[in-house]
Amino acid sequence: MMDGIAALGILAKERGDAVVVTHMSTGHDWSKVSTRGELDLNLSGAMGKASSFGLGMALARPDVKVWVFDGDGSLLMNLGSLVTVGAMAPRNMVHFVYENDAYDTTGGQPTPGAGRMDFAAIARGAGYARAFSFESLEDLQNRVKEVLAGDGPTLVVLKVPSGGRRPPAGLPRAAESFAHIRELLAQRVAR
Amino acid sequence: MVTKTPSLRARGILEELKRCGVSHIVWLPDSESTFMYDAIHNEPSLTLVPVCREGEAMAVAAGLLMGGKTPVVLIQNTGFFESGDSIRGICLDWKLPMLLMIGYRGYESKPMTDSAGIYLEPMLKTWGIPYHVIEEDSQVSRISQGFREAQSGPRPVAILIAREYDQP
Repeated sequence: MMDGIAALGILAKERGDAVVVTHMSTGHDWSKVSTRGELDLNLSGAMGKASSFGLGMALARPDVKVWVFDGDGSLLMNLGSLVTVGAMAPRNMVHFVYENDAYDTTGGQPTPGAGRMDFAAIARGAGYARAFSFESLEDLQNRVKEVLAGDGPTLVVLKVPSGGRRPPAGLPRAAESFAHIRELLAQRVAR
Repeated sequence: MVTKTPSLRARGILEELKRCGVSHIVWLPDSESTFMYDAIHNEPSLTLVPVCREGEAMAVAAGLLMGGKTPVVLIQNTGFFESGDSIRGICLDWKLPMLLMIGYRGYESKPMTDSAGIYLEPMLKTWGIPYHVIEEDSQVSRISQGFREAQSGPRPVAILIAREYDQP
C-alpha cells in the first residue's frame, strides 16, 4: 500500500486542465495537493454517483479531460456504472479508485469483498479501454505518464491504507462548484 | 358509434423535446417504452445514454448539464423510487433545471397490479417537485411548460407519462 495523499500528489502534477470530481474521503485528500481548486468539484451527496457524474461531464465535453476520484465503498454502491461507462466509452475519462478496503467515513468498517475482489479486472470486463492497479508510489511515479497518455475510459486503482474519518476540508459546496465550473467550461471553447 | 382512442405517439414526445433544445436522453427502458426506444434510435439529433440503474441517470444528466448540454431523464416510476438519493442529493440540493420524464405505472385508468401508482404523486409532492401528467398527444405541450418551469426555478420538474407510447 502507498500513502494516499502522496499518490494524489504525483497525479496532481500531471492534471493540466482536467476537471476533477472527488467523492467521499478523496475530496479531503485531493484538497491537500490540488493547485486548481477552481476546476475541482467535491460530490458530497448521492454516495456512489461520482462515476456517473463524471461520465456525463466527459460525454458533454470530449475536448476536456475528466478525472474522477472514487472510493471503493462508493464504487461498490454503483458498480453497474462501470458497465455504463464502458458502453459509452468516453476517451477523455480517467476513473481513479481509492482502494482501502474500508468505509473510512463511517469509522473504517470493511467493505464487502475486501481483499478478495479486483476492481481493475471488473473494469476490463465491463468495457473500460484500460485498467491499472498501483500499490507503490515508485511504480505510480514511473508509469503515471503512460497511464494518463492513452485513450480512456481508464480505471486506476490506488491501493492505500484506511485513513479513518477526515476532518472537514472546508471545500466549496458542490452546487457552487457546479455553477462555477459550468461557466468556466462555457468560456473554454470546444475544439 | 365507434370512439377513437386518443394516442400518445413517441414521435410527438420527441418533437416536443427537440423544441426544448434537448440534446441527450438518459434512460432505462421500461415495459411501456418500446416505441420510444425506436423513435429515439431513429432521431440523429438526440443522443441516447442508457444506464444500468435509474439512480445513475440523474448524476449522468447533471454531468451533461455542467458540460453545457440539455439532458432529460426518461425512466419509470419504479426507477424513480430507486433513485431517491440521487434526486435528493443532486437534483434538489443543487437546484438543477432537470426534466424527469417518468412512466406512470399504475396510473388511475389502469388495473392496479402493485403499489407503484400509489406512491408516485405523494412522493413528488413531499419533495416539492412540480409535475404534469400526459395521457395523449394533445397534452405534449406540457413538456415545454415543464421545461420552462425547470429552467426558471431552476429546479427539477417531472412529466408523468400515464400510458404506453404508441408507434412513432
